[in-house]
Amino acid sequence: MSEGSVAEVKEALAKVGYLADEPAALVSFLAQRLDKPVLVEGPAGVGKTELAKALSRATGRELVRLQCYEGLDEAKAMYEWNYRKQLLRIQAGGAQGGWDDVQEDIFSSDFLLTRPLMQAISSPEPVVLLIDEIDKTDQEFEAMLLELLSDFQITIPELGQISATTMPIVVLTSNDSRELTEALKRRCLYLWLDYPGVEREMEIVRLHAPDLPETLARRLVEVIQMVRALDLKKPPSIAESIDWARTLLLMGAEDINRETFNQSMSIIVKHRTDIDLVAERVGMKLAEAPSRAG
Amino acid sequence: MSTAAASPYGPQADPGPPGLAAKLLGFCEELRSEGVAVGTSEILDAFAALEMVEWTSQDDFREALATTIAKSQDDRRVFELLFDRYFFRAAEAEAIQHEVSERGGGGGDSGEGGERLDMEELREQIREAIAAGDEDRLRDLARLAIAAFGRAEGSGVVGVDVQRIRRTLGLTAGAQPPTDGGEERPPIDRDQLNSFERHLRRELERDLIERTETLPPSRPLAELDRALPTSPTQDLAAVHRAVSQMKRRLATLGHEQRGHRKATAVDVRRTMRASLETGGVPLRLKYKPKRPRRPEIYVLCDVSTSVTSASVFFLSVLHALHDSFRKLRSFVFIERISEVTEVFEHERDFAVVAQRISSEGGVADVSGYTDYGRVWLEFLTEISDELDPRSTVIVLGDARTNGREPHAEVFAQVAERAGRLFWLNPEPKLYWNYGDSVMAAYERYCDGAFECWTTRHLENFVNVVAGGAPAVE
Repeated sequence: MSEGSVAEVKEALAKVGYLADEPAALVSFLAQRLDKPVLVEGPAGVGKTELAKALSRATGRELVRLQCYEGLDEAKAMYEWNYRKQLLRIQAGGAQGGWDDVQEDIFSSDFLLTRPLMQAISSPEPVVLLIDEIDKTDQEFEAMLLELLSDFQITIPELGQISATTMPIVVLTSNDSRELTEALKRRCLYLWLDYPGVEREMEIVRLHAPDLPETLARRLVEVIQMVRALDLKKPPSIAESIDWARTLLLMGAEDINRETFNQSMSIIVKHRTDIDLVAERVGMKLAEAPSRAG
Repeated sequence: MSTAAASPYGPQADPGPPGLAAKLLGFCEELRSEGVAVGTSEILDAFAALEMVEWTSQDDFREALATTIAKSQDDRRVFELLFDRYFFRAAEAEAIQHEVSERGGGGGDSGEGGERLDMEELREQIREAIAAGDEDRLRDLARLAIAAFGRAEGSGVVGVDVQRIRRTLGLTAGAQPPTDGGEERPPIDRDQLNSFERHLRRELERDLIERTETLPPSRPLAELDRALPTSPTQDLAAVHRAVSQMKRRLATLGHEQRGHRKATAVDVRRTMRASLETGGVPLRLKYKPKRPRRPEIYVLCDVSTSVTSASVFFLSVLHALHDSFRKLRSFVFIERISEVTEVFEHERDFAVVAQRISSEGGVADVSGYTDYGRVWLEFLTEISDELDPRSTVIVLGDARTNGREPHAEVFAQVAERAGRLFWLNPEPKLYWNYGDSVMAAYERYCDGAFECWTTRHLENFVNVVAGGAPAVE
């Protein structure tokens, strides 16, 4: 994707199966032009991670992914000294050269184990770096990221600064489970992704389940939106609507009525209490008008 | 007609680069005054981003600014509100300066344009445009509607006129009546209607500016405008901050009292026992061990329908309180009272807590209307023994008894036993004691009663509790 204009970016993303809305396309475009990281926030299952993957496919860049979790530290995220190899080097090379040589040698890049962040900036080819669910880590980790995000470099005490040879596209995702620090936000472009509207979700579903008839797809999306409007523990994500569409295809369903809905509901609703609620609120409505969408 | 008047909606109306930088800086300044943290680096980013997009598209321009400047949902909302207003005003200011007016040209004077407009027709068209989400069309229709009703009938107050026109048109949110042919119409939801009202308001304002040829002074955003649509999870962070402040304040209060107590209560038995080591001479005094401190804070939270809009906020306050205080017992009530301390202790997720309370609270008896009198009685019988001068009781509710016996004397007993009692009311002070609100009956027993529906109010409350001066509203 030679990022010519916003429209081109949007088209390129669509080609690899990601229908971006205007803001998403614009931010992806700006991220490449300005070399700024993108912070994507939004509820679970609206395609935040997918956006990064699609960017990697559309640009033909490799995707380097760092999945965040509580307690993630720099040894797992950035780099680590290969202790065993260092030990071997000391034992093997004991006869040649003095201590100074050995010391210089074992703290060279040969003995460095690269972790995702290091890998992203030292890669000879430009990559897409996905830092997933940044809100799961602690604030300290965020602070550690700042150097990377603003200057695209990592400082290793023994080696000095390692700057990026190629500019990665950095995408950070967050489920908004905790407020991120101002410092991190200041360095990023901000994108809020929300559940798509009926029309766009229909496009998405039909893109991924092309055999689904249009009337059925519309009905499906309407039902999904109805379910999302309920106060559920876990509202159905876009991926789940796609799964459901495929399931309906396999079942050979021609319409979504109460029976098909009850059979396949578990695809979109995955909590005991949610299932009861959805069956009661949505299932009932479906029975009233089984012929409407037919 | 100049471009300024033709499209008041966006930056196109702006004369161009020389003025734009200044306009943008002015815009950022206004954002800052509304509490959005816009740093210099963000402004630089915004300029860099604007160089990359085409300004002919209003959406691209707006998004490019938003993505670099507004870094959270809250900020984004303020951004949207201000963006429209700021650039609209900028365009209008230009128009006044260059003495461009719509009234002279085009023959579109309101009186004649709206003379024979069929009301039904207009309503139909507006419905269609709303359903299609066609913003441009809505704007044109809004102007038609204003013209149809004429300026003469207008009250001159924009907000009143907007509602008047909407009502006369018979537009309401919700399901729409079927057409004459019996066909169903898609329902109009609140947001869609709002967007039409926004157009109406915009056009009316423009009308007013043209007539008076001055810009009204810009006002800060109304508190409710910004506060209402935020989701609980976003508010949660702010509530947590305010509560952790409160925790510090209340914790230091406890220490003062501890100091006093130290001087009292010698444990005679243990002192005698210890004196045996020194041949019966009581050299070392033994003090009575401190009594284990009971739960210090009791929070009673109204969750009835009259406070629906506030109860999410209240529950998030409760949630935050539970994070900070281990010795906290919380109760929710409508007609009856029910302890929910356990729910909060075992669930970390706010959404789950809210749902469990609504399903398991068991506080609505029959009618679903609040019965404050009964709640005090039940509260008192349940935990009267545990209330002592060290406990603080906080009531979150609107004091609307729905005409039932308020039992203020029972409330007085609660107040007497508890060390301190505070009332947080989600209604503005103006509405207290109006209708079925019996706030005055309770207020005199409280150590403090506060209006509280935003985090700012909460911080104010914390300040006062800590002995500080109330923040100026």
